[in-house]
Amino acid sequence: MKNERRVISVIVKNEHSVLSRITGLFAARGYNIEALTVAPIPESDMSRLTIETRGNVRVIEQIIKQLHKLIPTYKVIEHEEMIEKEMVLIKFPINESLANIQALCEAYNGGIANVSSHHIITMVADEPKRVKHFIEAARRFHPEEIVRGGVVAMERE
Amino acid sequence: MQMSGARMVIEAMRLEGVDTVFGYPGGAIMNVYDEIYKQNDFKHILTRHEQAAVHAADGYARATGKVGVAFVTSGPGFTNAVTGLATAYMDSVPLVVISGQVPLSLIGTDAFQEIDATGISRACTKHNYLVRSAAELPRILKEAFYIAASGRPGPVHIDIPKDVTAEMAEFVYPDHVDIPTYRPTTKGNIRQIKKAVEAICEAKRPVFYLGGGVIHADAAELVRELVALTQIPAVETLMARGTLRHDDPLLLGMVGMHGSYQANMAMSEADLMIALGPRFDDRVTGKLSEFAKHARIIHVDIDPSSIGKLVSVDYPIVGDLKEVLAVMTPKLKERVDPARYEAWRKILARYNEIHPMRYEDSDEVIKPQWVIQRVGELLGERAVVSTDVGQHQMWTAQFYPFSYPRQLITSGGLGTMGFGFPAAIGAKRGRPDKISVNFSGDGSILMNIQELVTAVESRLPVVNIILNNHYLGMVRQWQTFFYDKRYAETDLSFQPDFVKLAEACGGVGYRVESKEAFDEALKDAVDKGVVAVIDVVVDRYENVLPMVPSGGTLYNMMLEFKD
Repeated sequence: MKNERRVISVIVKNEHSVLSRITGLFAARGYNIEALTVAPIPESDMSRLTIETRGNVRVIEQIIKQLHKLIPTYKVIEHEEMIEKEMVLIKFPINESLANIQALCEAYNGGIANVSSHHIITMVADEPKRVKHFIEAARRFHPEEIVRGGVVAMERE
Repeated sequence: MQMSGARMVIEAMRLEGVDTVFGYPGGAIMNVYDEIYKQNDFKHILTRHEQAAVHAADGYARATGKVGVAFVTSGPGFTNAVTGLATAYMDSVPLVVISGQVPLSLIGTDAFQEIDATGISRACTKHNYLVRSAAELPRILKEAFYIAASGRPGPVHIDIPKDVTAEMAEFVYPDHVDIPTYRPTTKGNIRQIKKAVEAICEAKRPVFYLGGGVIHADAAELVRELVALTQIPAVETLMARGTLRHDDPLLLGMVGMHGSYQANMAMSEADLMIALGPRFDDRVTGKLSEFAKHARIIHVDIDPSSIGKLVSVDYPIVGDLKEVLAVMTPKLKERVDPARYEAWRKILARYNEIHPMRYEDSDEVIKPQWVIQRVGELLGERAVVSTDVGQHQMWTAQFYPFSYPRQLITSGGLGTMGFGFPAAIGAKRGRPDKISVNFSGDGSILMNIQELVTAVESRLPVVNIILNNHYLGMVRQWQTFFYDKRYAETDLSFQPDFVKLAEACGGVGYRVESKEAFDEALKDAVDKGVVAVIDVVVDRYENVLPMVPSGGTLYNMMLEFKD
C-alpha cells in the first residue's frame, strides 16, 4: 500500500476533550500527526483543526470516516486543491548580517520580526515546501532556535 | 424547578422511561444512590461486580431493544465497568453508563479512587461526557440517551463529579435533541437503491449476507418479507442469528469461521452479495483477497465508516435498514423473478447434502452439541439464549433452533468471557415472559460466578448450562490443531464443585452425566423457576467444526479433524 502525505481540515465543536478524541484516532492506529494547528473559528462555537499526516492511503481514509463519526465533528475536508501556508520563526545571533538575513526572509514572504541586543528574530509564512527551503538556506546564519507553526490550508474554490 | 444534580439523574431516568438500573454504589456516586433510595420509578438491581452491572444492562438492551442503564462509582468501580463498555461498543449496543467522579476541585490530584474515566472510555464508547456543572446535566442526560439509541447504536458514558451531583440547579429536561454535528443519515439514496434493485434482478447467484444491523434496526420482519419475496438464499452472521427462522428453507446457516459449508460456499460463489447491516468481520470473511471474489457487493449500513472499510463495495447505501427496505422491497416486488435463482438454490442445496451441519452423537459420553439441540427441542421459542465465549458459544450458534430476533445474546465482537451470565440476568429482567438460558463453559462461567447472588436475590431465574469439558476448550482446540497438542495452561481439571457453589449462593445445582439426567435437571430447573447451574460433563475432546482456520479462505473449510 502506498504511503501518502495528506492534509485534512476538521471543523469541530469547540469543547473540552475534542482534541484528544481526534488525536486518539491517529494514536490508536500508530499513526503520527506530522503537524497540527487548532484555532477557534470567528463568530461561531466551532474550531478548525488542520492535520498533516503521512500513511497508508486506506488507513487514512478509514481515519477520515472515523473523524466524521465523532459526535463533535461538524465537517471533514480532505484537501486536494488547496492553498497551504506554514509559518516559521527563526532566532539568529546578533553578530550575523542583518541585511543578508532580511534579504533572505523577503525572498520567502517574510521579514525581521524583532531585533534585541542579543538576537534577530525573523518570521516567514509560505508553502510548507518553501518553508523547508528557507530553513535550509538560513543554516548559514547559524540559527539558534527554529519554531515551525504547522500547516494551515484552504480550498481554492 | 431547582434540584440537585443527583436528583436530575433520577428524573431523567423517569422521563426516559427507564424501568431498571443495574449498578453498584461507592463513595463518589453516593449522592445519586441516596436519591435512588427515595424514589420508586425504577428498580435498581445490585450486581456483585461492576463489570456484571454493565453486562446485565447490555443483556437487557439486547433482549428488549431499549437503552440499558448502569451506575458505578469512580476509580475501580469505573475501571471494572470498562470491559462492559467495550463489549457493548463492539456489538453496537445502546447503553448509558453513569460513573461517579471525585469532586471537580480534586480532579487531577490523584485523589482517592480517582481515575481519568473519560480518558479511558473514549476508546470504547460512542461518546462520553465529563460533567462540569449541574446546569449542563439535563442536556447531557438527554443527549446521552439520544446518541446511544440513534444512528449506529452504542454505549455512552457520563462521568459526574461528586460535587456536581450535590450542586443545585434549574431542571428543565429538553424535549428534543439538536446536535448540529450529529445527524445520522437514515434515508438511503434513492438512485443507489434503484441501482441495487437492478443488480439483484440481473444477478444469477445472489445471496443475502445478514448482519447484526438487522437486529439493531428492528428490521428482521422486513428482511423475512424480502427473503420470501425474492427467494434469494441468506446467510446470517453470529450477531444476526434469529433474523430468519431456523426452519426457513432459504436460510443457509451461519457464515464464517464456524459457519455451515453451504453458507460459506454461497459467499464464495455468489455473483452478488446483498449485505444488510454486517461489518465484514475477519471471523466472517477469512482471507480478504479471496473473499467473495466473484461477487459485486451491495452494502446497506447506517454507519458510513463501515462501508468499504475492509472490502470495496459496488453499491454503497447509507441508511437505516428499515427505511431502505421500505423503499427497496416494493421496487423488487414489481420486478424480481424468484424462478431466476432456482438453479443457484439447487446448487446450494446440493452442497448441504454433501456436507450438512452435523456431529457424531454417542451413547457413552454426552456431546455438547446434543445438549444444545436438546434444549432447543425442549424450550425452543420459550427461551432467550445467552452465551459466554468459546466452543459452547459456537455450538450454540450452530445448533440452537433460533426463531426470533434478539433470541441470542452473545458477545460477538469483543468475545468477552464472563458476559453470558450477567447478560442472561439482564435479559430475564427485560423479557420476564421467557426462560433465560445461559450456555457457558467451565472456563467462562467462573468469570462472573458471583452473580449467582444477584440472580437469587433479585429473583431473576437464569438456567446456566455449563458444557463442562474440563478444558479451556476453544484454546485447547487451537492447540490441538495448530500447536501440536501442547496444552499450555488450558487444562481445567481442577475446578469447584459447581453444585455446591450454586447452593452456597442460594441457587440449585445439578451434576449431569447422562442424557436422561439432563432432561430431568432442565425440567426441574424450569418448573421450579430457580436460579440453576446444570453442570453437564461432556466429551473432553470435541472440536467445533467445520472450521476456516484463521486467515484461511471460506471455500476451503476443515470439515473434520483426524488425528
